[in-house]
Amino acid sequence: MTTSSTGAATAQEIEQELSCHLEKRTKRSWAPEEDLFASGALSSLFAMELVVYLEKAFGVMIGGPDLRMENFRTVRAMSSMVLRLGGDAEEGGDA
Amino acid sequence: MGTEWVEDTVYTATAVENYRGNAHRIDWNGADVFGPRDISILFRRKTAIGASGRDRRTGPHGERGGPVTAPRLAVVGAGVMGVGIASLALGHGVPVLLVETDASRLAGAPARVHQHLRLARLTGALPAEEAPARLATSASLAGAADAAAVVEAVTENGACKAEVLSEAAMIVAPGTPLISNTSSIPIDELADSVSCPESLLGTHFMNPPYLIPTVEVIRGKRTGELALAAALRLLSALKRTPVVVGDTPGFVTSRILHPMINDAVRVVESGTATAEEVDALLQGCLGHRTGPLRTADLIGLDNLLDSLRVLHERTGDEGCRPTALLVDKVEAGHLGRKTGRGFYEYGETLL
Repeated sequence: MTTSSTGAATAQEIEQELSCHLEKRTKRSWAPEEDLFASGALSSLFAMELVVYLEKAFGVMIGGPDLRMENFRTVRAMSSMVLRLGGDAEEGGDA
Repeated sequence: MGTEWVEDTVYTATAVENYRGNAHRIDWNGADVFGPRDISILFRRKTAIGASGRDRRTGPHGERGGPVTAPRLAVVGAGVMGVGIASLALGHGVPVLLVETDASRLAGAPARVHQHLRLARLTGALPAEEAPARLATSASLAGAADAAAVVEAVTENGACKAEVLSEAAMIVAPGTPLISNTSSIPIDELADSVSCPESLLGTHFMNPPYLIPTVEVIRGKRTGELALAAALRLLSALKRTPVVVGDTPGFVTSRILHPMINDAVRVVESGTATAEEVDALLQGCLGHRTGPLRTADLIGLDNLLDSLRVLHERTGDEGCRPTALLVDKVEAGHLGRKTGRGFYEYGETLL
């Protein structure tokens, strides 16, 4: 919903927006390769919140085989999954 | 000559229809023997053969057949727990009839079940390769007539629960286990409202039910062996580990946890520490998995308030008297994760 309407977002744009969202939600910053769940401070319920967020913000559908914790563990992992799934900016926002 | 029982392992839609009203009982059986992938023979039915010797497996017009289908679980109440329990069952291949009288909640239930199944898959809590069983929804309990067990998961209020259980008892086949999912209401208090108190027992699933493998099971004074055994087989089919306990207000987990959460709220209320600080200390120093206030948000503050009232009324323990801050939050509609705000703010409300 915040992406431009000119086609696919770049990895950098995705990572930036994702980092911003995470900082807002967790009240701390995260390095691109930092494991969100390693410390135990964030739970698997937070991972599900990220699924819903990514689908809304980047207009992707995260289906069966992609629903694995590995894909949500780091900012980089999430952004590469979004890129792979199309990350079509024009699909962003309410479908 | 008495009643004879025949056992069969094949289920047909027509047969289930034909059985309604006949003297029979459906038994959860063989969950240890048959894996969830073999769902068509996961359960066995015992059918009474009358003195006439007529095999009631044959319908009134002698018909048999139809597609093989597993008997389903009826879940009453599509709130947080009802939807969670339904998801757990569906994910383990058990078809579910989800009953809810609130129209908008009923309409939203399939989407919420879908999100739960995704969360379960994401966390590896359910087998990824298996397709979930079929979900049916209804505003009426009437469809529960063929249910192999009923799980009542309506609001934590004795009168509401008693009404549903009483209606369910009249609809299902004799011997069908009636399971009240409650965090604190004694089962024996509910037993007076059902025609068959020996079929009634309690469970206390944690939230979300598929992420927490252990289930508190409550055996009331009048709970029969058969109902308890059937419920334990159901839990085994759902890959849960039961711990059977006695029947007092709050049983074990709520009797210990809810006054503790109430104390945590009191600490926040008095300004000693923030919710984040309380949780950080309980997690970091005492090994609590999420901290009491995050747990409160996950339970639902309205449910926690109901439960504390049940405990306070029945035990007289002043530690169970709900703190003003908790009451205020519930009155303001901040019920925790399910409304997006409780002791914490949540980005997306999905559970």
